[in-house]
Amino acid sequence: MRMKYTANTWKFGILITAAVLLIGVFLVIQSGGNWDYILPRRGKKILAIVLTGACIAYSTAIFQTITNNRILTPGIMGLDSLYMLFQTFAVFVFGSTHISFVNKNLNFAVSVLLMTLFALLLHQFMFRRERGRNIYLLLLVGLILGTLFQSMSSFMEVLIDPNEFLVLQGKMFASFNNVNTDLLIISMVAIILILLYAQKFTKYLDVLSLGKDHAVNLGVDYQYIVKRLLLVVMVLVSISTALVGPIMFLGLLVVNLAHQIFRSHRHKVLIWGSVIIAVVSLVGGQLIVERVFTFATTVSVIINFVGGVYFIYLLLKENKSW
Amino acid sequence: MKLGYMLIVLAFLSIVYLFIGNSDISPMDIFHLTPVQLQVLQVSRFPRLISILVAGISMSVIGLIMQQLTRNRFVSPTTAGTMDSARLGILVTLMWFPGASPLQKMLVAFAFALAGTLIFMRILEKVKFKDTIYIALLGLMFGNIVSSVTTFFAYKNDLIQNMSSWLQGDFSTIMKGRYELIYISIPLLIIVYLFANRFTLAGMGEDFSTNLGLAYRKVVNLGLILVAMVSAVVIITVGTIPFLGLVVPNIVTLYKGDNLRDTLPHTAVLGAIFVLVCDILGQLIIYPYQLSISLTVGVVGSVLFLYLLLRRKAYES
Repeated sequence: MRMKYTANTWKFGILITAAVLLIGVFLVIQSGGNWDYILPRRGKKILAIVLTGACIAYSTAIFQTITNNRILTPGIMGLDSLYMLFQTFAVFVFGSTHISFVNKNLNFAVSVLLMTLFALLLHQFMFRRERGRNIYLLLLVGLILGTLFQSMSSFMEVLIDPNEFLVLQGKMFASFNNVNTDLLIISMVAIILILLYAQKFTKYLDVLSLGKDHAVNLGVDYQYIVKRLLLVVMVLVSISTALVGPIMFLGLLVVNLAHQIFRSHRHKVLIWGSVIIAVVSLVGGQLIVERVFTFATTVSVIINFVGGVYFIYLLLKENKSW
Repeated sequence: MKLGYMLIVLAFLSIVYLFIGNSDISPMDIFHLTPVQLQVLQVSRFPRLISILVAGISMSVIGLIMQQLTRNRFVSPTTAGTMDSARLGILVTLMWFPGASPLQKMLVAFAFALAGTLIFMRILEKVKFKDTIYIALLGLMFGNIVSSVTTFFAYKNDLIQNMSSWLQGDFSTIMKGRYELIYISIPLLIIVYLFANRFTLAGMGEDFSTNLGLAYRKVVNLGLILVAMVSAVVIITVGTIPFLGLVVPNIVTLYKGDNLRDTLPHTAVLGAIFVLVCDILGQLIIYPYQLSISLTVGVVGSVLFLYLLLRRKAYES
């Protein structure tokens, strides 16, 4: 036990160093001496990256524990499809120059509101009348609604003028390139408040991961805690999606990497590990996008690609945990 | 529901369908058509009707086959990555062989659809937790991953909007000279019918069916090849029609049971009726404009699917 602890401390040390180094490189590379201009701009990007990375890693780690499954991600509940539906709808009906699309604060507020509302409705509907016994059912319902939203948006996408579509396309993929400062601060405050609220429940996570029967046996109010945690997860995902856009497989990638690297079931280790890995991969990804691909692709497209391939590998590998 | 009644309904709807649309053709004109009206019928309405019927029948039937082979009510080409893989195939032809003919595109799409379905079957074998809903979830995740790969390449080549239109099932572009590929799926459907009994047996599981003297592997592979082929044909000519292969077989099973020989004709006819009704709705709701079929079927289908899911839950508890 002792040995493992030190090994994990080392791993943490290495990862944190990597994260700090990458952030450093990101801040100073090819600066051209123009510090006053570059540092605030890049600092903002880094802040956005750290915020979303933390949000997604944290919510996915919790989500996987609640669902007792390592190959699911909260992204499948249809929240990002709803987000895209709203964006597509705004462009389709009002055009890409309308205030609901151009004004970032308004767009953010409406997106978060819509997604939270959707999450609440889904949640209420599924947990009423004991239907919530099967959490997979809730996921599948979310997923189907997601597909429905998607077919609505793709119907509008085909009809949109190609120039307008390019503007919309910018929203389809998460991007850290022009995040608004006000929004950053608002979301940071919101996220911190939510994390404080969630703090009450996260101590039960280690017990929850034993499975429902054991958790109940050990005196945990299973339904109550799972419901609250699920809501926290949904709201966090909504905020990060509205802030930068959808990144579906990031959570899946980082939490599974954390499992593989730390080989621990303690959530303190897992969650922090996932958060740091998320920051490393996002900053690294962003560096690659900017310096290697020179913005020819976006970080979310790369991460979805890598995460997706990794996921198929996970599925095809013999594994007992699912 | 008797099959005969359903056929009558289908025939009636098909005739009605020929007289719906932008240019006026009323049933009264049928014996003295103007050349223009005749042309509209020949070039647009008949091809459209035929492709609706064939697509509706094909998608529902292969959905049924997939459900039988995986022994899971919630698996279908849209929930097992088949359609997404076919789209990836189309993207590959768009990127590397832009001059490919529709037939060549279809063959590539077929190869990808088959590969995708085979991978999904492999995953199914590996997964130990065989909850029906979980498997469906897994299949949809798998489909999402395949499309994330598609997006990766489409984004780099500025083909995103182009790919959206492949995602979109649409009958309004069907015209004489551009839909004939869909006839390919008719002989495939006949093969399905001939092998129906074997698929029923295969649906009883590997051990049991092998015991009964069935070459289980061969039958399953044949089934998957048929599924992939039909999916490719439909996606090339019409586009994706979501939920069709899921909803129709499930409704038929509700009143007809599990014997494929019995359920196949019902599934086929009901599938055709379903798509036909949806397309009529799509043409009438915002007349003179049209809603695409994937939107109408998507809305109706997902509501029905949710109903089936929740009903199943209520039934269990």
